[in-house]
Amino acid sequence: MKRYIFRIKRFNPETDQAPYWQDFEVKLEPMERLLDGLLRIKEEQDGSLTFRRSCAHGICGSCAMKINGRNRLACQTLAKDLPDRVEIEPLQAYPVIKDLVVDMEPFFSKNEEVMPYLINNNPPPERERLQSPDEQKRLVESITCIMCGSCTSACPVYWADRQYLGPSALLKAYRFIFDSRDQATQERLKRIIHSHGLWRCHSIFNCVEVCPKEIDITSHIAALKRFALRKGLKG
Amino acid sequence: MYVHNYDTVIIGSGLAGLCAALEAKNAGTVAVLAKLYPTRCHSTAAQGGIAAALGNEEPDSPEWHFYDTVKGSDFLGDQDAIEVMCEDAIRTVVELEHMGVPFSRIPEGKIAQRRFGGHTREFGAAPVRRACYSADRTGHAIVFALYEQCMLKGVEFFSEFHVLDIVVEEGRCQGVLAMEIKTGKLHAFQAKATLVASGGYGRVFKTTSNALASTGDCLGMLFNRGVPLQDMEFFQFHPTGIYGLGILITEGARGEGGVLRNSRGERFMERYAPTIKDLAPRDMVSRAILTEIKEGRGIDGKDYVYLDLTHVPRKNIEERLPEISSFCKIYLGIDPAEEPIPVLPTAHYAMGGIPTDVDGRVLRDEKGETIEGLYAAGECACVSVHGANRLGCNSLLDTVVFGRRAGRAINKELKGLRQGNIKKEIVNQVFEEIDRLLNSKGKEKIGKIRKQLQQKMMEHCSVFRTEEHLRMLLNELKNIKERYRDIGLKDTSRAFNTELLEAIELGHLITISEVIAESALRRTESRGAHYREDFPKRDDENWLKHTLAFKKNGSIEFAYKPVRITKFQPEERKY
Repeated sequence: MKRYIFRIKRFNPETDQAPYWQDFEVKLEPMERLLDGLLRIKEEQDGSLTFRRSCAHGICGSCAMKINGRNRLACQTLAKDLPDRVEIEPLQAYPVIKDLVVDMEPFFSKNEEVMPYLINNNPPPERERLQSPDEQKRLVESITCIMCGSCTSACPVYWADRQYLGPSALLKAYRFIFDSRDQATQERLKRIIHSHGLWRCHSIFNCVEVCPKEIDITSHIAALKRFALRKGLKG
Repeated sequence: MYVHNYDTVIIGSGLAGLCAALEAKNAGTVAVLAKLYPTRCHSTAAQGGIAAALGNEEPDSPEWHFYDTVKGSDFLGDQDAIEVMCEDAIRTVVELEHMGVPFSRIPEGKIAQRRFGGHTREFGAAPVRRACYSADRTGHAIVFALYEQCMLKGVEFFSEFHVLDIVVEEGRCQGVLAMEIKTGKLHAFQAKATLVASGGYGRVFKTTSNALASTGDCLGMLFNRGVPLQDMEFFQFHPTGIYGLGILITEGARGEGGVLRNSRGERFMERYAPTIKDLAPRDMVSRAILTEIKEGRGIDGKDYVYLDLTHVPRKNIEERLPEISSFCKIYLGIDPAEEPIPVLPTAHYAMGGIPTDVDGRVLRDEKGETIEGLYAAGECACVSVHGANRLGCNSLLDTVVFGRRAGRAINKELKGLRQGNIKKEIVNQVFEEIDRLLNSKGKEKIGKIRKQLQQKMMEHCSVFRTEEHLRMLLNELKNIKERYRDIGLKDTSRAFNTELLEAIELGHLITISEVIAESALRRTESRGAHYREDFPKRDDENWLKHTLAFKKNGSIEFAYKPVRITKFQPEERKY
């Protein structure tokens, strides 16, 4: 067991004027998660410490937060990789609700703008629609997104323009535009090509750096850009 | 206090709830309440696949699937319901594909399929490729497709709404009381039809693959309202949880050729299930692993064995098992193509739950009387298709088939149902309970009580059980209940008070644990996941029946009902 100081940014909307930092001492085994530390603090020291969590193994997307300056999932960050002092803050660029909990609505609502559902108006065949393994593989990274919000929160373009669709919503657009079964390419392109859309991405790669599922988001957005150019859509 | 009126209110945004919502929306307004953001539901953690006898990779038939499920259930599953599920499986998976689920594919473009525990061809002759998958993120892929379809269809979602009570009064369900977590405000959702699709409750155990949110709140609420809980003694331990963490390593790893090995390097499942070996059903594999450990053949004398994938081609691991490979790298620092994975059984799936018929109608007693306006589907429900032990890939199938059927039943029955009416007294009771909890100043911390509960359930009521241990557990539970009455909360605010929610969840965990322990104590036989060391044989003469636990006058009473056997007579369960 090693001793760590968790320096946590706290805010209770009912009692605090502004956020403040609070230090907690917590002991962790090397292979324990930062999330285990937060749970231990909540159980043993301060029941009011507030954060989201659920699956605890990187698939539900609840526990994204800023850990020593970088967006990560608390459940995928191991103690052995942490320094003695760890600064923990809510994801930036989303409104804070309480402690490490932010309002994700601005993030989720962007997704709805790109028509995130398969559209195919042909009468469904009796069995599955055919899709080659290569066509399916093209989607594999994009369908791995868990909507944790780390990418958009780390994107400087989003910091400057809160109407910007952001990496996650553009990745979602990719997931359907490049699905061989989908027929709404034109309409979907219209939804992403506007002054707060596809061409606002300046390939800064922050999203790729923070993605807990290691999705190469910027490359996917670049593929969308090339596709749009071929269609003569320059924004 | 906000009052909403909907035709249908659904609790839970996992696969069962989403499927039901898509159907119920055809007949009227639908609200889905979820205590997390909808796509954070635990269905997303399902890895390996969904079972359907598509026959894409080799010959298969729904009848073989039917037989395997009955045998897997140790003959406790109701065969009429199992037949419904297996017959509907092909249509179900095809429909999911049409909705956009990105299944993995075989070269000719059809859905890819792999082997899974207990699924065989020709009534047990050899393993069969029946699991349809999207790498090892199948649940995640299906959840997103269904959620996206719900958005398109105009289903209304109330995200981060924590249900506090399901109001069953005057012989029917009136609706639901819930707290908006962000503000702490109470909302009443009055409905013609209420569907419970709230998922599992693996968090009664210390080591579990289940999410922290899997606390079975709705089962506790309904039980307190007099609704019975069925077959609660049957809880599945998945053989391959990551040692020390309980994180699931899909059975698909063995479906792709992985094998279990003990400290001698021996493929020990050959001794326990000579025909299908590592692909035996989960109850048998979990017992085999723990037997190996008990007899001193754990790795380095410790309490784990190895899941060995080192002989599986790296390309297959990377393409078909990327998620579990990533878990191994993150949580163990190993590459599963190079090194074996240390595993130990982990609490995984509740076979028991809220009794329903094949259309999701909740049953109030052993005679099969229903409760007007109340439906249930998915892991929280007990149809019963899994009986004493569920086969892998049948849970996703269960949620989608029976979620849809419940939604369709609601469609048909909506016209005959009155709008629910939640009385002021009930609202006041819930208000008072919340205030009482918020102001509790006792000396006990909820985290400590929860830990003790989970520890004791693990010690006395997991894979192996005895009367002595179950009685010790019931004593412990008495003590835990006492301590729970004396809790103190630090957080007294209304907004996003997760300490308050955890206190409420803990109350339900305690209730459910008691029902599990009492049900397990009474069943003096071994069947499927319920193994009594003091009664090691299955006893069809006395126990080929379902348990129903009721809360009456503050204590738990029991009734039993027969298993519905239509086609396959009970036989010795060998693999």
